Amino acid sequence: MSELLRVENLSVAFRTRGGIVRALETVSFSIARGETVALVGESGSGKSVTAYAAMGILDPAGQVTGGRIVFDGIDLTEASEREIEDLRGREMSMIFQNPRAALNPIRRIGTQIADVLLRHGNIRRADAPAEAVRLLAQVGIPDPARRSRAYPFELSGGMCQRVMIAIALACAPSLLIADEPTTGLDVTTQAVAMDLVRDLARERQMATLLITHDLALASEYCDRVVVMHAGHVVESGPVAELLAAPRHPYTARLLAATPRPGIALGDLAAIPGELPDLRRAAAGVCRFAGRCDRRRDDCAGSLPPIPPGPLHDAACWNPL
Amino acid sequence: MTALLDVINLQKIYPVGGGGKARGQLHAVDDVSFSIAPGETVGLVGESGCGKSTLVRLLARLHDPTAGAIHFGDTDLAGMKARGFARRPERAAIQMVFQDAGESINPRYTAFEAIAAPLRRLRGLRGTALQQRVEELADATGIPRALLGRFPHQLSGGQKARVGIARAIAVEPRLLILDEPTAALDVSVQVVILKLLMDLRQRLGLSYLFVSHDINVVRLICDRVIVMYLGKIVEQGPTAEVLGRPAHPYTRALLSAVPELTLEPPGPRPRLGGEPRSPINPDPKVCRFFGRCPDGRPACADSMPRLSPVGPGHLAACHFA
Repeated sequence: MSELLRVENLSVAFRTRGGIVRALETVSFSIARGETVALVGESGSGKSVTAYAAMGILDPAGQVTGGRIVFDGIDLTEASEREIEDLRGREMSMIFQNPRAALNPIRRIGTQIADVLLRHGNIRRADAPAEAVRLLAQVGIPDPARRSRAYPFELSGGMCQRVMIAIALACAPSLLIADEPTTGLDVTTQAVAMDLVRDLARERQMATLLITHDLALASEYCDRVVVMHAGHVVESGPVAELLAAPRHPYTARLLAATPRPGIALGDLAAIPGELPDLRRAAAGVCRFAGRCDRRRDDCAGSLPPIPPGPLHDAACWNPL
Repeated sequence: MTALLDVINLQKIYPVGGGGKARGQLHAVDDVSFSIAPGETVGLVGESGCGKSTLVRLLARLHDPTAGAIHFGDTDLAGMKARGFARRPERAAIQMVFQDAGESINPRYTAFEAIAAPLRRLRGLRGTALQQRVEELADATGIPRALLGRFPHQLSGGQKARVGIARAIAVEPRLLILDEPTAALDVSVQVVILKLLMDLRQRLGLSYLFVSHDINVVRLICDRVIVMYLGKIVEQGPTAEVLGRPAHPYTRALLSAVPELTLEPPGPRPRLGGEPRSPINPDPKVCRFFGRCPDGRPACADSMPRLSPVGPGHLAACHFA
C-alpha cells in the first residue's frame, strides 16, 4: 500500500498566559491509501491538535515548531496557504464532534453541500443542488430531495452527522479525518454512522484517521492504532496485535481501565497519577514516567523514537 | 423485601403544537411501572428521546406526572406538586447526580459552597457544624480538603464529579438518581468514580437509579436493567438476564450496536435502521417499535404488546419474545 499521509517528528506549541504548552512533541505516524487508522488517547493527549495541525487549522495561538506533515508528496508545513486551501475539502476533509454545531444553523443543508461542491468540485452551478441531493441519498438520508431544503435544527443528531459525512465526502477526498464523530450519538446511531464511513471508505479506497477515546470503537473499525499520551505517540501497531499484547505500559493501563463484557468492576484498575503539566515537561523525555510502575533509571533519558510506519512499536525503555 | 421506590403506571403527556388548544399529545412516559429495592442499583437505558430524562424528572419531582403513582417508602410522591416539593422533607430523600459536573455546579461557587448549599437549605446547618459536615463529605468522596476553596474551573473532571456526588449525598438521601455520571470522564477516571459510587452505596445503604448510554458500564454496576423505547419500558430484569439473553428485538439491536474490544474482526451485525416513530399521538394499538423492528409482523400493528414474564424476574413487551 502506498503512503498517503506521513507525519514526522511533528511538534506543536501553544502560547498561553501560563507559559508555552508543548502540546505535541515529535509525533510520528503514517496512513496508507485506503487504510483506517485510529488515533487513541484520553482527553489532553493531543489527538485533536494532531488532526488540526494536519488540516492546517490550528488555533492562531498554536504553532508547528518542528517536523513535517507530508500529504501525497507535498510538505504541508512548507506549502502556501493557497495550496493547503486547495487540498482541504477536496483531497482531505474532516468531520467534527457535535455535528449540529459544525453545520451553519441558518443555511439549508442542501445549500451547505452545494457550497463545498462549488468551491472545490468541478461542477456547474446549475447541477450543484441535484448533486447535493444525490450525496444525501448516498449517506442514507430518507427523502433526500425534501431533506435538502431542511435546516440543521430540523434534523436529529444522527441525521446531522450524516449531512456532515456527505459534506466531507462531497469531493471524494483521499483522506478523511473524523474527530470523535460519534460523541453524543446513541450507540445505535453510532453504529450506523461508523458503518457508513467504513463502507464508503472501502468503496473509494479512502484513507481514514479516526480520532477517538474509545478503544472498542477503534478495535472494530480500524486496521491500525496509534496511542497518544500527553502529546507523545507512545505506541502504534496493527490493532489486533496491539490489543492482544500491548507493549507500552500506558496502553496496557488504558486497556485495564476499559469496561468490557466478562470483566468485573474490581478487575478494572485506574491509571495512577495525572497528566503531567505540559508547560513544565522536560523536552524529549517520557511523559508517562511519573505515573509508570515500570520506570527505570534510564527513563529520564531521551525518549526512544517511534518511526512512522506499519510496524508494532512502543516508545518505552522498559516495554512489556 | 419491600420496595424503596414503587412506580405504578406512571405517565407524562406534554401538549404540543397550536397555540391555546393543543393539537397533539406527546407521550413522553407512557404507562411505566417498576420498583427499586433498598440497596439496589437499577440501570435505565435507551436512546435519546426514549423518555429516560422525563422519567428521571418525574421521579426527582421536578415535573408533575399526568397520571400514575410514585410510592416512596410510605408516601405517594406523585400527588405532591413539583412546585413546592423543594421545601418538603422528601426532597432530601431523593437526590440527583447530573451528567456533566462541570456544567451542573454553579461556576461562582467554590467546592465548599457547592456541597454546603443543600446542607444550609435542607438541614439548616451553619458555622462549625456546616464546616464539619462538608469536610466529612469531602473525606467520604475523596476530595482533598485543600481543594474545597477552589472553583469548578480549577478542578479536574474527576474532582468535579466527586463534588457532584458529595453534594448529592450531603443530605443523606435514600435514593440517588445518577444521570450518566461518568459520560464526560476518561476511562481511567471513570473506574475510580464507579468504585467510589459502589463503595458509598454499601456504606450509606443507598439505592441507585443509574441512567446510562454505556451498556458496558451498566453491566459493571447494575443489579437490574430497564430498557425504554419511545416512552415505554420494553424490557426489564436482572442485568445478566437482559444483557445475556435479551428477549426484546430492540434490546438485541441496542446490544449489537455496542462496539466491543475484539481481537478478531467482528462478523456482520444486525443494525437498526430508520428513526423512531413519532411520540405525538401514538396509536395505542400499535407496538412503538413496529416499523423499525426487524421481526415486526402484522400482529404488532393490531395490539400493543404488554410486559410479560419471559424468565425469573425478567419481563419483555413483545408478542414474539
